[in-house]
Amino acid sequence: MTSQVTEQVEVPAAPRGRLDWLNRSTLGRHLAVAVAGAVILYLISVGLDAYRDYLMAEVAATVVAVAGLTVLIGLSGQISIGNGAFMAIGGYTGALLFSHLHWPLALIIIAAALVAAAVGAIFGVAAARLHGPYLAGATLMFAVALPFLANTFANQLGGDQGLGFFVTTPAFLGVNFSLQRWQAWVNCAAGLIAFILLANLIRSKVGRSWRAIRDDEIAAALAGLNIARLKILAFVVSAAAAGLGGVLLAIFNGTVSPSLFTLNLSIQLLTAAVLGGLGTLAGSIWGGALLVIVPIYLEDVAVGHGFASQSTSAAIPILAYGVVLIIVMLAFPRGIQGGLNRLIKKKGSA
Amino acid sequence: MVEFLEFTLEGLSAGMIYAAIALSLVLIWRGTGVLNYAQGAMAMFTSFIALEIIYVTGNYWLGFVSALAAGLVIGAIAERVIVRPVTGKPPLNAVIVTIGLLILVEGLAGLLYGSNNRSFPPAFSIDGLSIGSVALGITRNDIFTGAAVLLAAAILALTFRYSSIGLRLRATAFNAPVARLLGVRVGRMLTLGWALAGLLGALAGLLVSPSTFLNPNSMDTIFVLGFTAAVIGGLESPAGAVAGGLILGVVLSYAGGYLGSEVVNLFGLAALLLVLMFRPTGLFSSAQARRV
Repeated sequence: MTSQVTEQVEVPAAPRGRLDWLNRSTLGRHLAVAVAGAVILYLISVGLDAYRDYLMAEVAATVVAVAGLTVLIGLSGQISIGNGAFMAIGGYTGALLFSHLHWPLALIIIAAALVAAAVGAIFGVAAARLHGPYLAGATLMFAVALPFLANTFANQLGGDQGLGFFVTTPAFLGVNFSLQRWQAWVNCAAGLIAFILLANLIRSKVGRSWRAIRDDEIAAALAGLNIARLKILAFVVSAAAAGLGGVLLAIFNGTVSPSLFTLNLSIQLLTAAVLGGLGTLAGSIWGGALLVIVPIYLEDVAVGHGFASQSTSAAIPILAYGVVLIIVMLAFPRGIQGGLNRLIKKKGSA
Repeated sequence: MVEFLEFTLEGLSAGMIYAAIALSLVLIWRGTGVLNYAQGAMAMFTSFIALEIIYVTGNYWLGFVSALAAGLVIGAIAERVIVRPVTGKPPLNAVIVTIGLLILVEGLAGLLYGSNNRSFPPAFSIDGLSIGSVALGITRNDIFTGAAVLLAAAILALTFRYSSIGLRLRATAFNAPVARLLGVRVGRMLTLGWALAGLLGALAGLLVSPSTFLNPNSMDTIFVLGFTAAVIGGLESPAGAVAGGLILGVVLSYAGGYLGSEVVNLFGLAALLLVLMFRPTGLFSSAQARRV
């Protein structure tokens, strides 16, 4: 009789216990999502040809950089139009370590993120007192000025030509394994690890403190938060993610040069973060993927249907991107992810 | 010494252009609390309009005036169609919408005119002036540039100070709800502010295009430097915009002249960070208590 009672209790308790573990452990939940993501990405990459694997690597690099920016703007409430400069720092660090010290790839990637983070800390100290357009102006000028270092130190940084960064596929994958697929794997793996770290950070005490500062800086200060240190930390995290994105960009691009890290890149990162939906990592995936994929298809379509000649076709995706930005901002002020959330909620309540 | 004078005059002449962009940004910022990232792109577009008209009619001044008029119209349209719907939304939405406008205008220009560099005629001779045998390093066109910006700034300042419409513009910028209660058509004033800023931007585009050539991205750097000038001066202050522009122009001219062109923008960044380190809201801003 007693044994029957315990069994009746235990049978429904077992599945609930498993769910409880997932609900309680943020890290566990994020790991589970990441493993699922890794499996999906693996299956996608195997099914794609070399060019689309290349695009996949580009999307991964862009998404990581956008994610860093979405944390900075969406959580800590600071704007940056200069994260392309941190990408440049990551890319150049990677290329220098690769060609001079011949470090293993994993170490190069980590070091690139760390160097970018260090510069982010220095810049963050200068930026923590600035608000709104003053911060925007400082970061904008940072993005414009920094690439000129490559010309100032042309002997070390290669000037306009830039530096080579030619990754090869490792021997254990066999001779015929496509380089693009290997690059896609490296970039997606690095991106997933970065996402796990960022997701945990967002759910941590630091993430909550950032949101408090974003919503009311003075109230947060009165509650005992160290505003300056937290703001600088947000810049460090965002710069590290941008640096990681930069070194990943360099890996699939094969070279780093000033023309890779233009003002345009910085502006596009910002627009992608807002377009996707600020403050959410899912939004940064939307934004980053749109940024890479849509222009390519638009240009193909425009040329294919005779809307533009080869010489003016480059303007079509730019034009369309501008229109999309304006329309999305007017129709979905909280970006794509915000719009999706609202649709889901409406369905749920109906 | 002669070199120093030459660099100073060159810097002041370039600084006038940054000042014009900075002034247009300040005008919009004070009126609507929006920073117009498309200001440079709009100026690029009006310069293309001027170039087309000069090409067809052969008359520089007709193109000049048409570009200014186009600047007025484009500024007004931008405010009514794109900026008005995002007022009251999070400030970042206005940032993104004007960046969207920047990308849209540059894409449109690329589609219509291609991405090649076009040369743009100067208003006056670009032969260097000299006193006796001493070359001054500036041209008649540089003098025209300085005079045009100063004149525009003076007209603007006098309009704001002494005319009834200027009073209404200032009232709107100072406190829009109260101005509305007092019978000011606030919406119209905002549109007018954007239109005037569009005109100033168009002027800057016309003045700078002879030295930079014209292509869909040719105003990007000029815009960034104008923005930097506005931030250095303090976005609240028109006098600050002019001072910021001149300071930046001279600093960059010395850096480029004495140290080489590749360090120019690095010095721009250094100057900006140095000013913001000590004055986080620019040189000419009055100390403001943040609202709790």
